[in-house]
Amino acid sequence: MLKLKPFVWHYGRQIGTLLGLVALSTVLWILSPHFLTVSNLINVAQQTAINAVIAAGMTYVIITAGIDLSVGSILALAGVVLGSALHAGISLPSAILIALAIGFSCGLVNGLLITRGGLPPFIATLGMMSVARGAALMFTQGRPISGFSEGFRALATKEILHIPSPVWIMLAVYALGHLTLTRTKLGRYTYAIGGNEQAALLSGVNTKWYKTLVYGLSGMLSGLAAVILTARLNSAQPIAGLMYELDAIAATVIGGTSLMGGEGRVVGTLVGALIMGVLRNGLNLLGVSSFLQQIVIGSVIIVAVLIDMALKRHK
Amino acid sequence: MESPTILRLCGIRKTYPGVVALEDVDFDLRRGEVHILLGENGAGKSTLVKILSGACRRTGGRIYLDEVETDIRNPKHAQDLSIRVIYQELNLVPYLSVADNLFLGREPALLPGILDQAAIHESARRLLAGLGLSIDPRTPVKTLGIAEQQMVEIAKALSSDARIIIMDEPTSALTESEIRRLFATIRTLKQKGVSIIYISHRLEETFEIGDRVSVLRDGRLVATRQIAQVTQSELIRLMVDRDLTEQFPKQRIPPGEEVLRVEDLSRDGAFADITFSLHRGEVLGIAGLMGSGRTELARVLFGVDRADRGAILVRGQRRDIRSVRAAIKLKMGFVTEDRKSEGLVLNLSVKDNICLPSVPAFSRLGFMRGRKEQQAALGYVRQLGIKTPSLRQRVVLLSGGNQQKVVLGKWLCSNAEILILDEPTRGIDVGAKVEIYEWMNRLTAQGAAILMISSELPEILGMSDRILVMRRGRIAGEFLAPEATQERILEAALGSYAQA
Repeated sequence: MLKLKPFVWHYGRQIGTLLGLVALSTVLWILSPHFLTVSNLINVAQQTAINAVIAAGMTYVIITAGIDLSVGSILALAGVVLGSALHAGISLPSAILIALAIGFSCGLVNGLLITRGGLPPFIATLGMMSVARGAALMFTQGRPISGFSEGFRALATKEILHIPSPVWIMLAVYALGHLTLTRTKLGRYTYAIGGNEQAALLSGVNTKWYKTLVYGLSGMLSGLAAVILTARLNSAQPIAGLMYELDAIAATVIGGTSLMGGEGRVVGTLVGALIMGVLRNGLNLLGVSSFLQQIVIGSVIIVAVLIDMALKRHK
Repeated sequence: MESPTILRLCGIRKTYPGVVALEDVDFDLRRGEVHILLGENGAGKSTLVKILSGACRRTGGRIYLDEVETDIRNPKHAQDLSIRVIYQELNLVPYLSVADNLFLGREPALLPGILDQAAIHESARRLLAGLGLSIDPRTPVKTLGIAEQQMVEIAKALSSDARIIIMDEPTSALTESEIRRLFATIRTLKQKGVSIIYISHRLEETFEIGDRVSVLRDGRLVATRQIAQVTQSELIRLMVDRDLTEQFPKQRIPPGEEVLRVEDLSRDGAFADITFSLHRGEVLGIAGLMGSGRTELARVLFGVDRADRGAILVRGQRRDIRSVRAAIKLKMGFVTEDRKSEGLVLNLSVKDNICLPSVPAFSRLGFMRGRKEQQAALGYVRQLGIKTPSLRQRVVLLSGGNQQKVVLGKWLCSNAEILILDEPTRGIDVGAKVEIYEWMNRLTAQGAAILMISSELPEILGMSDRILVMRRGRIAGEFLAPEATQERILEAALGSYAQA
C-alpha cells in the first residue's frame, strides 16, 4: 500500500483515463464478439500507432502551453520527400533520416517563429500547416508517389513476436518520451516553461531554446509518423494526414494534459490515443455509419474533458 | 454606546483531510467598525475569509447575520447576503472603463440588450463622488494605479449594497500616499455604517485604522481586543506565542572585499548613471518609490535585461551579463518582487522549484540525478523550516511565507553569494519576516552579499548596513545605516515633492 500510494498520487489522472479505456472495451466486448480477439486488438494498436506517435510530440508542446496545428501537413511533406528519395535510389536509412530531418526543421521553424518572432503558437503553426501542405502538393504536382521495396514496407508489415512493427515503434516512442519527460533536463524545463515561463526564465532556463526544441521534436515525430504511414500504404500522398492535428490534440487532452500548460504525462496521451482507436474500431465492428462515428467521437472528447474538469474542481 | 453586532460566528470549525484549519472560532463584527484580523502564515485567516465569502463550506459551527442563523452556501449567496471580498489580486476588466466595471453584470438597460450608457456614467460618477474620489468614470481601468483600482473595487462593492467588506491585505502593493487615500476611503465607509474585516501583516496599520483586533494562531482565535487597549509587542506575542526580542534582528558584520561594483550603469527609460559597490557580509538597502528604477536595475544586474551604458564588475572582473544563466554562474541569485508570477512555478513541486536554477548541476548528459536532487531539496526544506507535507507538494498549496522560503531555497541551493532581494517580505507575516531576516544574517555571516530592494522603510533601516535611495532612475542619496532616518530617506526619495 505504501508503495502504491505515491504511484496513485502521481498517476491518478492517468489511471482514470485507463479505467475509461477498460470500461469502453468492456462495453464493446459485450456488444461485439469480434472485438476482444487477439487479431483485432493488434489491429487497433496498429491503427493507433500513427496518431499516438504524433500525439507524443503534441503532449510536449501542450505542456509548454503551446499548440501545434502543423503536424498533419508536416507528415505529408516529410512523406512525399521520403517517397521521392526512395524512388531516387537513396538508401533506406538515409531516406528515413531525411524524413525525420524535414519534420524536425519544419518544427524548428515553428519554434523560432514563436520564440524569436513572438508569434502566438496557434498562428505560427497555422501558417506552417498551410505552407507545408502547399509544399507537399507542389513537390509532387499533387500526385501520390507509390510502390516501394519490400525492405521499406517491412517497417509497417514485419511482425516481431506477432506484433507489427508500428506498434513497437509506438511503444519505443512512448518509453523514450516518458523517460525524457520525467528524468531529463528537457522534461523538467518543459514543465517549468508551461507552468510559469517568467519564473523559468528568471531561474536561468533558456526558455526560447527549449521551446524551439520542443516544436522541433513535435515536427520530427510527424516525420516518423510519415515513415510508418508511407510504408503501410505503400504510397506517399501529399494529402495525407488531413485533420491529424485534431486527433493528436484530442488524444492529448483525453489523456489529461491541460491546455493551460504545466501539467500532463505522455502515458496519459497513449491511453487517450488508444481510446480513440478502440472507439473507431468498435464503431466499425458495430457497423455504425462513418457520419455517426464522427458525432460519437466528438461527444466522447467533450465528455472526457467535462469529467476531467469536474474531478479537478472537487479536488 | 456599542453599535449592534451584524455578524457573529460561533464555534466555527473547518477541517481538510488530515488538517484542522480552524477550530472553535468565535468572532463578531459590529456595524461600522474596522475589525483587524491578524495571524501568521497558516493561522487560518484565509480559511476564515473563504468561509465568509462562500468559497468553501465550514465543517462545523454557526453563523449569525443580524442575529439570525444563516448559512453561506456559495460566493453568489455571500453577495446576496451583502458580503463582499476585495482580494489582493484585483478582479477588474482592464480594457473597460471604470463605469463599465462598476456595473459589470448588472448594467442599466434602455431596452433588453441595449445599454443605458448615460445612466451608467451618471451612477458611476455619483458613486465615486460619494467616496470622495476624483476618478473620471470614463477612464479605462488599465490606466489607473493599483490603489485607484482598489478604490474602484470598493465602489463596486458599495454600489451593490455591501454591508460587510472583507479586505485581504489591501495595502501590500500600495505606496505611502496611496495608503493614506485608502484609509480615508475606509473612514468614509465606516461613516456609512459599513463594517470591515481587514486582514493585514502590517502592525502599524492595525493601530491606525482598526477599532478592534482579533488574533488567529494555529486555527484558533486566541484574543479579541480593543485597539486602544493593546500594544504592538503584545500583539506580536499573541501571534507568534513567543517574544520577538526585536522585529529586526540585525547582526552587523565587518564588510569584506568588494564582490560587485557597478559603474555609471544606464538603461534608457529605466535608470541612469548608477554607481555603487557591494561587499561580502554587507546588506545594501535600496529605497525609493515604486517606479524609481530599482527593479529595472536588479533585472539588468541579473542578466534579464541589457544595460545601454556602463559597467558591471563581479569580484573585480568586468562582466557582460548576457543571460540569467550567466548571472547564476557568477553565483548571483534574484528573489523577485512577485513570487507568484516570477519566483515560482506554482504547479511544480517544492523540490522541483528549489532545484530549478541548479538543474544543470543536478544533471549529467541531460539526465536528472534524482537522488542527489532529492537530498539537496530535503536539506533546504529542513534548514529553512518550510512547512510542507512532502517534497512533492505543489508550491501553490503552501502559504505565502513558506512560498517565499522556497524562493530563498532556490538560491541557497544554487550557492548564490550575491543575492538580490526585491521586496523580500512583501505579503508575509511577522513571524516569517523575522525568519527571512535571520536568514539574511546567516548568509552575510557566511560571506554572502545582499542587495535588498524594499519599500518598507522600517525594513530598510532595520536590516541595511548602507542605504541607497533612488529617485526617477537615479541615485538620490546614500547613507550609512547609523546616520539614516525615515525622514532623510523619504526626503531623498521624494526630492522636490517634499520641499514643495
